Amino acid sequence: MAAALHLDAIGVLMRRNLNEILRVPGAAIPGILAPAVFMVGLTAAFGKLTDLSGFDTTSYISFLIPVSMLQGASFTGAATGVNMARDIELGWFDRLFVAPLPRPALLAGIVLSASFRALLPVTGVLTIGLLLGVHWPGVPGVLLAIAFALTFSAIAASWTVALALKFRTQDAAPLMQSSMFIAVLFTTSYAPLALLTGWLQTVAAINPITQVIEGIRAVFLDNVTWTSTWHAIVVLIVVLGLTFAFALRQLARTGR
Amino acid sequence: MTLAQLRADVLVVRALGWRSIRNTFRRPQYLAPLVIFPTLFLAVNTGGAGAAVRLDGFPEVHGFLDFQLASGMLQSTMLAAVMGGTGLAMDIELGFTDRLFAAPISRPAIVLGRLAATFVMGCFAACWFLAIGLIFGAWIKGGPIGAIVVILMAGLCATAFGGIAAALALKSGTTSVVQGTFPLVFVIMFLSSAFFPVDLMAEPAQTIARLNPLSFVADGLRQPIITGLSTHVFLSALLGVAVIGTIGFVTSGLALRGRLKAN
Repeated sequence: MAAALHLDAIGVLMRRNLNEILRVPGAAIPGILAPAVFMVGLTAAFGKLTDLSGFDTTSYISFLIPVSMLQGASFTGAATGVNMARDIELGWFDRLFVAPLPRPALLAGIVLSASFRALLPVTGVLTIGLLLGVHWPGVPGVLLAIAFALTFSAIAASWTVALALKFRTQDAAPLMQSSMFIAVLFTTSYAPLALLTGWLQTVAAINPITQVIEGIRAVFLDNVTWTSTWHAIVVLIVVLGLTFAFALRQLARTGR
Repeated sequence: MTLAQLRADVLVVRALGWRSIRNTFRRPQYLAPLVIFPTLFLAVNTGGAGAAVRLDGFPEVHGFLDFQLASGMLQSTMLAAVMGGTGLAMDIELGFTDRLFAAPISRPAIVLGRLAATFVMGCFAACWFLAIGLIFGAWIKGGPIGAIVVILMAGLCATAFGGIAAALALKSGTTSVVQGTFPLVFVIMFLSSAFFPVDLMAEPAQTIARLNPLSFVADGLRQPIITGLSTHVFLSALLGVAVIGTIGFVTSGLALRGRLKAN
């Protein structure tokens, strides 16, 4: 009975957050446009990099599409944190606290809505990419890539919500956005690990999101192996668990 | 115009410019697009695409960071222009501009104050990226004079784009419209020589980049760093800035006139 009530509450919170897409459809455009502009622009500028030995493909846009999908997912996730900071500043979030709802359910509603909202930029960028020549990996491959990206959006939302709860101001927005920027781009985003130079090679080797990028990339470069896939799955589960726990901890501290 | 009027206008421009600069440095949301994101993007470009110097046809450079510094500066100066326009639009939304219109001051000075701040932010961006470059091992082949040329060119470029952003702010009067041009900044940059040599870019971006005035500005910022000063490249860059600046000043002048009429 209680569990059903909590699920209802999660559903209501998700609907509230998803309402923004329906009421302000224009707000979704930058989430699609920005990663798409980066994908097309970087392909135009850096496309010749595939001439270097070490690239598995001659299609730079196919190499880049995982980065753009994760960018779209992370923009949506970060927007969730920024919106939460706005709700805290306006006092709306304090009202949620007096609702008879366990805090994990409160957080789950917010994070799940971010995942659903990310469906729009992720599929939007993917569609633009496919129209511009990204290799079609088949339906199972597309579904796997989308699932990875949506889970990453949940990670971004958990992380930025935790930051919003910690700093309680929209002034923390640059920190939210730049941390997601670093997470996605300080990886093998532009080139294979062996071709990265200097410090970025070291950072990309340590950054767990590299495994997610490589997991999605394997789909579009027709290199899907169980190894590349399970590495990505493990990273997504562990990082989501850690960021969700961090957000829960901040939530538990709020109002004390 | 008398000397006293000119002095009064200069005081207004200085006061409004100083106000804009202080506002930018007070709030992280305003400073981040000018400093943090272009710096992070520069770091990723340099580390991620650094192997590009091994490509056939890539110009002789000391390092890829030297080549990329101009892209960081351009990105920062263009975003400084957008932020300047956003600030002006916010002043319009909050009614501050209306109060200035009611004051006995020259109307163009209201816009020029904002552009003066944008010029300073452009120079600041260039200093920031030159410092980053020097710390991380870039060389400035043009020496101190080359560095000064780069700083002034970045300031002029920011002012030129600031004129276009001011026109948008005056015409629309809403921050969201001006902020909506953020992705456009990247479109214009990707379709220029800001990130990569034009000869190595893919078509049709290569052809567009050859015609894009921003390519001349990018080359003008890059040349003093990678090879030293060149009169031809410097004059081409000035021409590029002049083209963009003329569009900016004409459109902002027309938009200011339209807003004054509407008021």
